[in-house]
Amino acid sequence: MTSPILDVKNLHIRYGGASADAVRGVSFTLGRERLGIVGESGSGKSTVGRALLRLLPSAKITAETMRFEDIELLSLTEKQMLGIRGRRMSMILQDPKFSLNPIRKVGDQVAETYLRHFKCSRKEAGEKAIAMLEAVKIRDPERVCEQYPHEISGGMGQRVMIAMMLLADPDVVIADEPTSALDVTVRLQVLNILDSLVRDRGIGLIMISHDLNLVRNFCDRVLIMYAGRVVETLAARDLDKAQHPYTRGLLAAQPRIGGARAPLAVLDRRPEWLEEVSR
Amino acid sequence: MTVSVETRNLSITFGHGPTALKVLPDVSFLVEPGECFGLVGESGSGKSTILRCISMLTDFWKGDVLINGKSVRDMPLIERCRTLQMVFQDPYGSLHPRQSVRTVLSEPLRIHKLSDHEDRMQKVLTDVGLPVSFLDRFPHQLSGGQRQRVAIARALILEPSLLLLDEPTSALDVSVQAEILNLLQRLRELHGFTYIMVTHDLAVVDHMCDRFAVMLRGEITEILPREAIPGCEATHPYSRELIGASLEYEGHA
Ligand SMILES: Nc1ncnc2c1ncn2[C@@H]1O[C@H](COP(=O)(O)OP(=O)(O)OP(=O)(O)O)[C@@H](O)[C@H]1O
Ligand SMILES: Nc1ncnc2c1ncn2[C@@H]1O[C@H](COP(=O)(O)OP(=O)(O)OP(=O)(O)O)[C@@H](O)[C@H]1O
Ligand SMILES: [Mg+2]
Ligand SMILES: [Mg+2]
Repeated sequence: MTSPILDVKNLHIRYGGASADAVRGVSFTLGRERLGIVGESGSGKSTVGRALLRLLPSAKITAETMRFEDIELLSLTEKQMLGIRGRRMSMILQDPKFSLNPIRKVGDQVAETYLRHFKCSRKEAGEKAIAMLEAVKIRDPERVCEQYPHEISGGMGQRVMIAMMLLADPDVVIADEPTSALDVTVRLQVLNILDSLVRDRGIGLIMISHDLNLVRNFCDRVLIMYAGRVVETLAARDLDKAQHPYTRGLLAAQPRIGGARAPLAVLDRRPEWLEEVSR
Repeated sequence: MTVSVETRNLSITFGHGPTALKVLPDVSFLVEPGECFGLVGESGSGKSTILRCISMLTDFWKGDVLINGKSVRDMPLIERCRTLQMVFQDPYGSLHPRQSVRTVLSEPLRIHKLSDHEDRMQKVLTDVGLPVSFLDRFPHQLSGGQRQRVAIARALILEPSLLLLDEPTSALDVSVQAEILNLLQRLRELHGFTYIMVTHDLAVVDHMCDRFAVMLRGEITEILPREAIPGCEATHPYSRELIGASLEYEGHA
């Protein structure tokens, strides 16, 4: 493999006022690939994503290295970070409604992303916005542009976030549950778009998701997180051969079409999992 | 108490004049007492809107919504809150940023003059798999899935007969999802709760629901029993496409 786009070693993150680290010694690299992150709710997945973009003002972040190409992210000033965040590294946040400005029209906000990063007229940016909303399969994009965030559906919000990311044309995309509110048909179309970014444009994609089917079919590699650590790293197609009891428990807890309707298997979370790290 | 839900010719239009948009033209369905009824379908097709109409969060709709034969319009607010509760798709939007988990959970108890606040709050948090120490946290100090579980706890704490669940587990890892789904099943067996559940996961529908409606652009294309999923026994082309894609997604094809 060529040199990684992202290289993270021994990342620790502690929220202000918290008594313990939310992320405890996470290391991974990202190449021109689709890297899945799966894990327990509250295990620190979103925290890792936000730390990469330095979006955690109140938290203490330390690492041996947190490198984007040849840039050491932790040593950048906030001003330098502004040139990278959104433009070269982009994150699709887990809560679209929270990330959008509630009192501005959707179309203006999408066009704004384009204007922020590229020189062009307002009109041009508006046209780009509509074209991109169309690309993510939003019906009637002109109408949606005129709507406010509370007037669009959950899945439309997710696609608006994806459209904004696409317009910035970044080199690294961190997608935090980007398709959880999409019906399967639209989800597959959106995943295809993300896929072509990796294949044709050579970006690196981090896909945070609870959807084991998605990770298995769509990602190249997958990290499994538990309580702030990476407990297992697998080739995505080998997900079903996972060894760690947490991962095995996840696979067992998944409901399946045509399955027995008995209560779903639940995890017996073991205290010793807290201290294990993947080899 | 176990309740039935019926919507008759439910319709709603957003906006006025030339930009008015009829989101639901004419929706009718009946949910039996104690049934778990699924709503699936295209993103933007009006699933959340239906739940918002039933719960009267949006109230300018036309038609009828009857709970045990009684119109929701004729229910005083207090009675309505005890009868039905909703879990929102978007937990960030539904929790007040300046309210601690304790406030979120104790307020309904106070309003409805229930006793044993501390016990009830601790029980419901434990039920959704959160530690009791989270009572003193604020929404921004929680992960996405933790927020969703607080929202579920808030809906459960009044033990309503009807729960309107808008993608209640899509933000949760499958192990926590399993705990929540098992909890919902248990409550249904115990109290005969009725659920209307929006989800994009047909495996969840197959596991939880008795019947489900498939929606496309504001209309119900058809209502199917859950047994129709594994063999893709739908007749409407969109339902067939959706079920087919889900089977393939799960690796059945
Ligand atoms: N601002 C904060 N202050 C204190 N603790 C926080 C804060 N934000 C998050 N946490 C805690 O940090 C841990 C990791 O949160 P994070 O949001 O990264 O989880 P996650 O893996 O993304 O979970 P989910 O799948 O539920 O979204 C959680 O236990 C959460 O409660
Ligand atoms: N307050 C509103 N004003 C204007 N339009 C609205 C409003 N609320 C919803 N809509 C529109 O109604 C349609 C249906 O939205 P709804 O949220 O019910 O979809 P949904 O089926 O829940 O989709 P998803 O699966 O993406 O959550 C969308 O086109 C949306 O833009
Ligand atoms: Mg998260
Ligand atoms: Mg919705």
